Amino acid sequence: MIEFERVIKHFGSWTAVDAVSFTVAEGEFRVLIGPSGSGKSTVLRMINRLIPADEGAIRIDGEDIASLKPEELRRRMGYVIQSVGLFPHWTVERNIATVPGLLGWPKARIRDRVTELLELLNLDPRRYRGAYPHQLSGGQQQRVGVARALAAEPRILLMDEPFSALDPITRASLQTELSAIHRRTGTTVVFVTHDMDEALRLGDSIAVMDHGRLIQCATPLDILTRPASPLVRDLVGREEWGLKRLAVETVGDRARRQESVTGEPLAAETPLHRALSEMVARGTERLPVVDGDGRPAGVLHLSDLVRPTSGGTVPGGTV
Amino acid sequence: MTSRLLLHNRVALLMVLAAAVAAMALPFLGFAPNRLLSGRPVPLWIAVQGLDGAAALLPGLVLLATPFLQPTRAGLGLTVAAGGLFTAGLVWLAGAQAAALAQGASAAARTSFASGFWVMAAAGLLTAIDAARRMGLGAIGRMAVGGAVAALVALQLASGHLDALSILKEYANRREIFADAVLRHAMLVVAALVPTLLIGIPLGVAAHRVQAVGRAVFPVLNVVQTVPSIALFGLLMAPLAALGAMLPGSGISGVGPLPAVIALTLYSLLPIVRNTAVGLDGVPAPVREAARGMGLTPRQIFLRVDLPLALPVFLSGLRITVVQAVGLAAVAALIGAGGLGAIMFQGLFANALDLVLLGAVPVILLAVAADALLSIGIAAATHSIGVLPGKSAP
Repeated sequence: MIEFERVIKHFGSWTAVDAVSFTVAEGEFRVLIGPSGSGKSTVLRMINRLIPADEGAIRIDGEDIASLKPEELRRRMGYVIQSVGLFPHWTVERNIATVPGLLGWPKARIRDRVTELLELLNLDPRRYRGAYPHQLSGGQQQRVGVARALAAEPRILLMDEPFSALDPITRASLQTELSAIHRRTGTTVVFVTHDMDEALRLGDSIAVMDHGRLIQCATPLDILTRPASPLVRDLVGREEWGLKRLAVETVGDRARRQESVTGEPLAAETPLHRALSEMVARGTERLPVVDGDGRPAGVLHLSDLVRPTSGGTVPGGTV
Repeated sequence: MTSRLLLHNRVALLMVLAAAVAAMALPFLGFAPNRLLSGRPVPLWIAVQGLDGAAALLPGLVLLATPFLQPTRAGLGLTVAAGGLFTAGLVWLAGAQAAALAQGASAAARTSFASGFWVMAAAGLLTAIDAARRMGLGAIGRMAVGGAVAALVALQLASGHLDALSILKEYANRREIFADAVLRHAMLVVAALVPTLLIGIPLGVAAHRVQAVGRAVFPVLNVVQTVPSIALFGLLMAPLAALGAMLPGSGISGVGPLPAVIALTLYSLLPIVRNTAVGLDGVPAPVREAARGMGLTPRQIFLRVDLPLALPVFLSGLRITVVQAVGLAAVAALIGAGGLGAIMFQGLFANALDLVLLGAVPVILLAVAADALLSIGIAAATHSIGVLPGKSAP
C-alpha cells in the first residue's frame, strides 16, 4: 500500500506538487494522468525517492520512506521509463539481472528468473538472452525494460509513460501483456501517462492531476460519467465518448442471464465496444454470452448497450 | 572476346604513377666520400645493375597492375602484398647497392637513401595501407600488415644486409647512446603520462559534473596547446632555475628532464581532460536515470555505467596524448632532456641527414606503435557497446 499525506514539492518558486494526498491499495493498478507540468511524473519519482518530498509524508505499507536508505527502497520497486535506459554495454540477460545481482541472489536463481521473464514478455530466451540492446527494436527494448523492472519480484511497479514512444500496434500488445502480468502477479502498479485511452484501458483507478493538485481520483467509469471538472471532461474528450464508455464495462455486466440464443458466443470478459462491433459485423442485435468455463451466461441485447442502468450519456449534455 | 583494362583503384594508380616517375627521374640513393660532402646521385637503374635486383623489384611489376585489379578479397589482398613486398624489396636493394658501393671506398664513405627511395617506399606502403582499408581489415588486421613489412625490414637489419647504409653506420658509431636515447625517450613520455592521468582524469570528471569547472579549465588548457613547444620549454626554464637556486640540493634546475616532463604534462592535459569530460557527457541520461531508479549507489553508477561507457572516448584522448607526447619529447632535447631528439639535433647541427634519421625514425616507430596498440584497445572497448544513440564513434 502506498500513502501520500499532504505531500508538497517546490522547484524554486514553482510548486510542482501541491498538498497531494491519496492511497494506492495493495494490488491496485493506479494510473496518474494530466497535462504536461501537472506534477504526475514528480509524484511517481517521489515514491522511489528519486525526488525528495519537501513536506508531508509518503508511506509504503505504513513505513515512512524517509526512514529508509534510498537504494534499498528502490531495489524493492520496479522502475520503467519512457526512454527505457537499458545499459548499452550489457547483454539482455545482464540488464535483467541488475537488481537480483544487487540483492545477491544465487546465480542459478537469477538465470532461471531471466528465462522466466523473457518468456513472460514473449522474447525467445535462446535468441535474446545474449543480445545487446542496440540489436533490439524499440518495442523489444521496452519489453526488456519491463522484464528488468520485474526481475526481483517487486511488490510495487512504477512506470513513467513506458509505452508513449512506441508505435500503436506495439503499444497495444504491451498494454495487453502488462494487464495480464498485473492480474497474474498482483503487483501494485503506479502508471503515469498523458493518454486517456491508455488510462481507461489499464487503470483500476485513475488519478487526474493539474497544476500540482489532485483533481479527481476515481474508477474509469466515474471518470467518464462523473468528471469532477471541465479539465477531466476535456481529457476524456467528446470524440468516440460512447465507445470509451462501452469499453470500461464487459459483456458479463450487461447480459440478460435467463435468456439464450444460438450463434457464436462472446466471452463474458469481452469489453462492450467489441460486442457492439461484433453485432455490426454479424448484422444481429442479440449475441449469446458464455462465462470463463464456456457455460452459457445469457444474452446481450443491442438496446442494453444503448441504455445502461446508470451513467449512460455524456456528462454536460449534448454539445 | 575482348578484354579491356578497367580502372578499379584510383589511389593505387596515383601511387604507381608517383613511384614510376620517382624511379625514372629521382635519385634512388646518394653516395658521398664522407658524410659532410653532398653525394652523387645513384639512380634506380644503376642500382639494379649487376645485382639480383630484378627479383627484389618483382613486386613492383605486380604493383603496376594493381590499379586495374577487381576490388575483390583476392585482388585487394594481392595489392596489399605487392605494396608491402615492394617497399621491403626497395630496402633490400638499397642495402645490396650500399654494400657494393662500399667495396673499394673508404670507411668514411656514405650511402644514403635519396628522394627516389622515399617516394617509392611511401607509394608502396600507402598502396598497401589503402588496400588493407578497402578490404575492411580492422585495427588488428592493419597492424598485422604493417607488422609484416616491419618484420621483413627487421630481418634484413638483423642479418647485417643493411650495415653498409649510412644510417646504420651512424648507428654503429652510437650503439650505446642510441639504446639509452630510446629508453630515455620512453621514460620522458611515461613520466609525463603519470601526472597527466593523476590530474587529468579527476579534472575531466569535475568538468563533466560542474559546468563552471569546465568553463575555467578548458580555455587555459586550450591556450597552453597554442604555445609553441620551444616557447613553453623556454618559459619554464626561468622559474625552475630560480626555484633551483632557492632550494639548493633539491636537484631542481631550469634544464634537463624536469622542465621537459612539466611541459609535456601541460600539453597532455587537454586531450585527457577534454575526452574524459566528453566521454562522460556522452553517457545517455536515461541510462543513468534507470541505474539510479533501480537502486545503484552513486559509486556503482560511476564504476558500472559511466566508466565503461566513457572508456572509448577516453582512450582516443589517451591515444592523442601519447602520440603527441612521443613527438614533443623529441623537442625537449633542446633543453637538455635527452632522448631521441638529442640524436636528431646532433645530426641537424652537424648537417648529417642520416643522423637526423637515426633519431627521427624510432620516434615515428614509437608513435605508430603506441597509436596501433591504443587503437586495438579502443576497438575492444567499443565492441560491446555497439552504436550508442546520439554518440558518434570516436
